[in-house]
Amino acid sequence: MRLLTGNDLKTGAVIWWTGRDWSVHVEDAADAGEHGEAILAAEEGARRVNGGYMIDAVDTAQGPRPAHIKDRIRARGPTVRLDLNLKPADPAAGDWVI
Amino acid sequence: MYKYDQYDQAMVDARVEDFRDQVRRRIAGDMNDDQFKPLRLKNGLYLQLHAYMLRVAIPYGTLDSRQLRKLAEIARKYDRGYGHFTTRQNLQYHWIKLEDAPDILAELATVEMHAIQTSGESIRNISADQYAGAAADEICDPRPWAELLRQATSFHPEFSYLPRKFKICVIAAPADRAALRWHDCALRIVRNEAGEEGFEVYAGGGMGRTPFIAYKIRDFCPAAQIFSYIQAILRVWNLHARRDNIHKQRMKILVHDLGEEEFRRQVEEVFQHFLTLETDFPQAEYDRIAAYFTPPPFETGLPDDIDRSDPEFALWVDHQVVAHKAPGYAIANISLKPIGGIGGDATAEQMEVVADLAERYSFDEVRVTHAQNLVLPHVRKQDLYAVWQALHEAGLADANLDLVTDVIACPGLDYCTLANARSIPVAQKIQRRFAEMERQLDLGELKIKISGCINACGHHHAGHIGILGVDRKGTENYQLLLGGSGAEDTTQAKITGPGFDEDGVVDAVERAIERYRELRDPGERFIDTYRRVGLDAFKEAIYG
Amino acid sequence: MAEALRFRNDDPIEEPAVTLDAFLDQADASAVRIEAGEDPRRLIPVLDRVKLVELGIPRFRDGRCFTAARILREAGYEGEIRAEGDVLVDLIFFMRRCGIDSFAPSAPLNRADVDACLSRYEHVYQHAADGAVPIWKLRHG
Repeated sequence: MRLLTGNDLKTGAVIWWTGRDWSVHVEDAADAGEHGEAILAAEEGARRVNGGYMIDAVDTAQGPRPAHIKDRIRARGPTVRLDLNLKPADPAAGDWVI
Repeated sequence: MYKYDQYDQAMVDARVEDFRDQVRRRIAGDMNDDQFKPLRLKNGLYLQLHAYMLRVAIPYGTLDSRQLRKLAEIARKYDRGYGHFTTRQNLQYHWIKLEDAPDILAELATVEMHAIQTSGESIRNISADQYAGAAADEICDPRPWAELLRQATSFHPEFSYLPRKFKICVIAAPADRAALRWHDCALRIVRNEAGEEGFEVYAGGGMGRTPFIAYKIRDFCPAAQIFSYIQAILRVWNLHARRDNIHKQRMKILVHDLGEEEFRRQVEEVFQHFLTLETDFPQAEYDRIAAYFTPPPFETGLPDDIDRSDPEFALWVDHQVVAHKAPGYAIANISLKPIGGIGGDATAEQMEVVADLAERYSFDEVRVTHAQNLVLPHVRKQDLYAVWQALHEAGLADANLDLVTDVIACPGLDYCTLANARSIPVAQKIQRRFAEMERQLDLGELKIKISGCINACGHHHAGHIGILGVDRKGTENYQLLLGGSGAEDTTQAKITGPGFDEDGVVDAVERAIERYRELRDPGERFIDTYRRVGLDAFKEAIYG
Repeated sequence: MAEALRFRNDDPIEEPAVTLDAFLDQADASAVRIEAGEDPRRLIPVLDRVKLVELGIPRFRDGRCFTAARILREAGYEGEIRAEGDVLVDLIFFMRRCGIDSFAPSAPLNRADVDACLSRYEHVYQHAADGAVPIWKLRHG
């Protein structure tokens, strides 16, 4: 699947396109299909995303899993500070990212 | 240390309002990101993996307790309770919101701090020897010149939109503790035969994709003319540098393309022209600044011996404490490299501990080193035990300065959008592998430096052992390099061969280290053995 | 082309600016355009013929115009120096300091932003082409 991601302009938080709006949870991310570029252009112009781009992801039981480790680190947080991750209590976090 | 007068304060305050307005215009949509990005970079604000990152300037790596406490306060109020000291003596916060950035800059301005030109295609923070004003081998304190040049290069109308970043370093000792020749422009204060003060000037150094070691462009530039000379260097580069390929725009590339002789000739011509413009700052201004850097009121008649009965304290003294020029005093190094921690990181609480110690025991001064550690520059020997106890309680008392676990690592793919691989976990694994103190002591001075990408913020080109993270078909991979140095014997590390995965590179490092142990002559450091026997002797051990 | 901005009292030069090569060849032109990357020092021998120098700004971050303008002013040129192209309002203060005194931006400039940028910094640390007194001189008289 193809996901759209970027950062929130004001807060810098990592956000994912849900099909309607942007969420900080990659589980909410939706397949952007062939419309990704057009969506990004519109959302960037309206300043609802900053530095947006498209990535590949695999659909799993736990939700979309970005193909590249960089985007998995973006989705959760630094691998060396699990206490600062989006899901600090998740015991499987390490395996999901790495 | 230097204190702002009303002019310095006005400049910093104006910059805060300038940036506040730029943020307003960006959020309102008056500017797109392409326009806003260079402007926010001029205020040290990056957009990184998880949030914005703010790089606060710590000019020539010097700050006082008030400033360090403010950095702690900002960490708590606007970030996640910690900060990261960098390889250019600055501090980074990794969890910043754009909408908070103007307020953060305003708070920094209340303690004479800023984030001006810490990023982007600017003249960056001027670095200096972390032992300035304390070391016995200095001609003089280099920091008045660093401060004078900081002002001269701030908001410079001709040189604020350069082809690429420009890094300057100033030292005043024969020993190089600041990686002098890895800078675009480096100055070493010297005296000529007539006893006049001036600079040896080096130009064209830099790390990154195509590393170069700076060459000596001038044996002696009279001190009073140094701003003219630096402007000449900048003008020649600004005129001629390529603007079509971001990887070819650093000054080191131009120096290489023109050749050292031709570059020197052009700079000399423009230098003579600048002298006619009379833009140099007068002696009176140097004297005004230098008055802030006179030695603190050192006491005399202090006890010189240290009670070593506590073996843990004695070990710390042996490795972290360095001789001071004033009798009865010592330079105390603070390790930010606990085993398995994150190198260079300090919590707000730890910053406050260091601030208290500086205020009480070090004439209210702290230094940041380019190896991501801290220094209390002026501690009475009789106070070292109390200092150590406080550091120990705060987890800041590792005795590993310049040892194998004193690893330099950039934030890497855990934090940085530019990175190809994570560097911190590699540093942690190396630290854990070699944690045992006896083993560390046996190995002696061994500088391992890790970068998560070719931008080399971890200084891997200058590591006795360097590690470079790369992206190999979508997975993290690590190249091993040997033989670099950032000291006065500057050399560039060489790649050993094919890369490794994360565990593989740690094993490879261990094999290289074991090979050193097999081959070393008495008293030889890793880098000495490497230089004596060569790369091939190590390659066999690494690759079998 | 958006509305021009000019900080001179004399009449604007209406003549189109010719290329640097053409200018050096002709004797009758008085307006010349220097592209970013061309050496402005080539004009110095013929400066007395020049009434307008147009500096092309291909991208707003291209900082060569600052050096070009300052070099011309240092050589004694007192005619108009115009920045043409991708002029971002935030750079106008430095452009003015380097001796650029008119602007032909490709996108319109917000006049309120221009005024704010020009008046933001009361002081300067160093000499440039504008004759502003550097802070060190204010400190020592």
